[in-house]
Amino acid sequence: MKQRLVVVGNGMAGVSCVEQILKQPHDFDITIFGDETHVNYNRILLSLVLAGEKSADEIVLNDLDWYESNQICTRLGVKITGIDRERKVVLGEDGGITEYDKLILATGSSAFIPPIPGVEKRNVHVFRTLDDTRALLEKSRPGLKTVVIGGGLLGLEAARGLQVRGCEVTVVHLMDTLMERQLDATGGAYLKRKIENLGIRVMLPQQTAALYGNGRVDGLRFASGEELEADLVVIAAGIRPNAELGRKAGLDVRRGIVVDDFMQTSDPHIFAVGECTEHRGQTFGLVAPLFEQGRVLAGAITGHPGPSFAGASPATKLKIMGVEIFSAGSIDDTEPGVETVRYEDPSLGVYKKLLLKDNRLHGVILVGDIEDEHVYQDWLRGGTDLTPHRRQILFPPRDPDPGLEVAAMPDSETICGCNGVRKSDIVQAIHKHGIVTLQELKEKTRASTSCGTCTGLCEKLLRAVTPDFQEETKTTLCSCLPFSYEQLRDMIRGQQLKSAEEVLNVYGNRKGCEVCKPALSYLLDMLWCGAHEEDRSARFINDRVHANIQKDGTFSVVPRMRGGVTTPDELRRIADVADKYKVPMVKVTGSQRIDLLGIKKADLPKVWADLGMPSGQAYTKGVRMVKTCVGTEFCRFGVQDSTSAGIELERRLENLFTPHKFKMGVVGCPRNCAEATVKDLGLVGQDGSWQVVVGGAAGKSVRKADLLTTVETTEQAMEASNLFFQYYRENANYLERSYDFVERLGIEKIRKETVYASEKDKRKLLDRLDRSKAMAKDAWLEGAHPVNPTQFVQIQPLEVPTA
Amino acid sequence: MSTKVHWTPVTNLENIPPREGRAVTLQGEEIAIFNIDNRYLAIESKCPHKGGPLCDGIASGTTVVCPLHGRRFDLETGMAVRASEPACVATFPTRVENGIIFVNLDGARRVLDEAAA
Repeated sequence: MKQRLVVVGNGMAGVSCVEQILKQPHDFDITIFGDETHVNYNRILLSLVLAGEKSADEIVLNDLDWYESNQICTRLGVKITGIDRERKVVLGEDGGITEYDKLILATGSSAFIPPIPGVEKRNVHVFRTLDDTRALLEKSRPGLKTVVIGGGLLGLEAARGLQVRGCEVTVVHLMDTLMERQLDATGGAYLKRKIENLGIRVMLPQQTAALYGNGRVDGLRFASGEELEADLVVIAAGIRPNAELGRKAGLDVRRGIVVDDFMQTSDPHIFAVGECTEHRGQTFGLVAPLFEQGRVLAGAITGHPGPSFAGASPATKLKIMGVEIFSAGSIDDTEPGVETVRYEDPSLGVYKKLLLKDNRLHGVILVGDIEDEHVYQDWLRGGTDLTPHRRQILFPPRDPDPGLEVAAMPDSETICGCNGVRKSDIVQAIHKHGIVTLQELKEKTRASTSCGTCTGLCEKLLRAVTPDFQEETKTTLCSCLPFSYEQLRDMIRGQQLKSAEEVLNVYGNRKGCEVCKPALSYLLDMLWCGAHEEDRSARFINDRVHANIQKDGTFSVVPRMRGGVTTPDELRRIADVADKYKVPMVKVTGSQRIDLLGIKKADLPKVWADLGMPSGQAYTKGVRMVKTCVGTEFCRFGVQDSTSAGIELERRLENLFTPHKFKMGVVGCPRNCAEATVKDLGLVGQDGSWQVVVGGAAGKSVRKADLLTTVETTEQAMEASNLFFQYYRENANYLERSYDFVERLGIEKIRKETVYASEKDKRKLLDRLDRSKAMAKDAWLEGAHPVNPTQFVQIQPLEVPTA
Repeated sequence: MSTKVHWTPVTNLENIPPREGRAVTLQGEEIAIFNIDNRYLAIESKCPHKGGPLCDGIASGTTVVCPLHGRRFDLETGMAVRASEPACVATFPTRVENGIIFVNLDGARRVLDEAAA
């Protein structure tokens, strides 16, 4: 007969243990009870749900299908209130009685609510579960005065999520350092500065004496007598193991349910994993050790015991509001015999502190740059004599053998703490699926998909294991902001940064330069689909006045002339403007348009008004034009209506920004009169079909465009064009022309991720393009409605000085 | 020569947006005034390299980058930064009173000329 295994707790620890059991040969009928009504979700990502970056669905780890297909009986929303150890049954709140042969308690922990008068008032919340998160989401709104009590990881994450929602957030912490268990005063100050730069107020040390308000909270009163108004209070003052069930059942319980090295409680039929446990006097709050416990127990309970649980590593590796933090060993530098070695770079926000004792590493704190944490972990674990390393101790030389570091790691070492992925899982996945890129590894193993701290390690593993590892080319933007475009995109999205100034204040040197500011302006516009905070001071002059600066400081004006088609009326107006403003040169461009050169900045708004035509964007990194031939309308060889198609294409994409200028061409037959095959994007008409070609060039170098796809209808050609266009916008580095982009990624990859992508993924790309397009407008409208009074006009002195 | 310092009232504070520059012509010379963290720094607007309009440059901290060829100048000293050969533009003292920016044309300084003298 099958054995009955009952698991109380449907959270990450319990379910991951069940996942491990399922991997072993076993003979269990499994029942899982969960008092939350949700399937197992990734609790670590709740802050992203709060910040609106992920939906509740996106953090689900095991959906109902998983429970069903593994024949697990799932009882959600049922609280277990008692265990009868003699009868070997658990008692449900619903009156149900369930028999077990083996019982696993994975009841987790609850938010600790300090005994402050007033915590029962309305609008006082904790932040621990999906339901807590939903309640906070409902309450939060722009301008809401919000106070978070607690400056640990959870409190800071709640603070950031609520601030992204527009709340005015203050973090109040009892101690004089944020995250004082991981950081010293200086490290805490670095973190505090980053957080304050994000616009969150931090008050330390501040003891909350009471919450005041009539029924609903109105504010906090501190022990100092000061008061702080609050419409919403979030308490994040730590967690308590949920050990009550074990205590009532008479199990050995101290702070948590006491377990041995194989996760067995004082009853040989009952086991426990996760935050409800206490192991060798230690309780748990971070996720990495919980996965380890689950694995140990899965082996033991199925009769295949492996290594025992040796306790959590004393190291903490975190990413909080985009700041990476690593802390390990003892951080108390007042201990006799302890020497400290420190490094600080305030403008980069990097802080390193090593504590040495007897020439051996005793503790380490890293903020802002944790690249070397593995070296330090090795030194700590091995008690390495550091005498020969003393000169390079803060910047240990990178090992000449890049595979050595990962080779030295045990197979069971957890690489991705957020998702519980071990070295062996990654190595197996690489072989099983033939993974050669980080992206594929992320998709197959979930490693490096949450906080990203382990990205470097994953890459090292890939490099060591697969001979064909394809490193994603990383171009660092500039010294003001030394990150790759991929990292910047993640940071801007993840931290919900909306302006160039904000990005530079949080991650850069707070100044920026002519390289990074326009790049950031582009990224922000693209990532937020135009709903960013536009900062003209971060734009090149061309994008401040929407015209192209010339060598003498005057500007050139090119009106939009879609598909290169104009009218007598437009031509007359252009001629009149040229006369009226004494335009020194009127020039037909290579893009089938007309350029008016030598216009003074102050005349720009008047010139635009007189032209009565929209901006041709000839001055910016954006959609330039669509060059067309006369196609079937007039040409005796034309087989497609290239003129109409070109005008339509231009209409759909005009006014959008791109990483570099973006030129298009549409031709009605393969004779290619409008040179579509040397454009960033071209449509080549054939009898009954269109070829969509991308990445052509006729500039410094000449490159024939690659064929993206061949389609039958003009509408399909538009869709393929739009897919490539948005894909280029999202994935190219700033100032990377499409022809470099296509060469770098390879046309096959681009096809796979655009025209051959799933309908769902295509829809996502097109939706983002639609959203951007909805926000994009003709820049020349600013002629009549300038963004500031002196956008175009020169300042006239209030008093003319006499010489 | 008069020793009396004359401060010319130029414009209201709000006419110069944060981290941007604006030009004003005073006594036939174009002067660029920048708003850097609510400090108003004035320099000669014409780039000594090819005459580019420094008023239209991107500010990077307390430096400005010429929009034509990327020459960079310190707004406080007027000195070219990271230049292959020394160059400078004139700087002018400014002050703010009642929301109006004043420039002292007589206080113009050219660091390089002073060094040569």
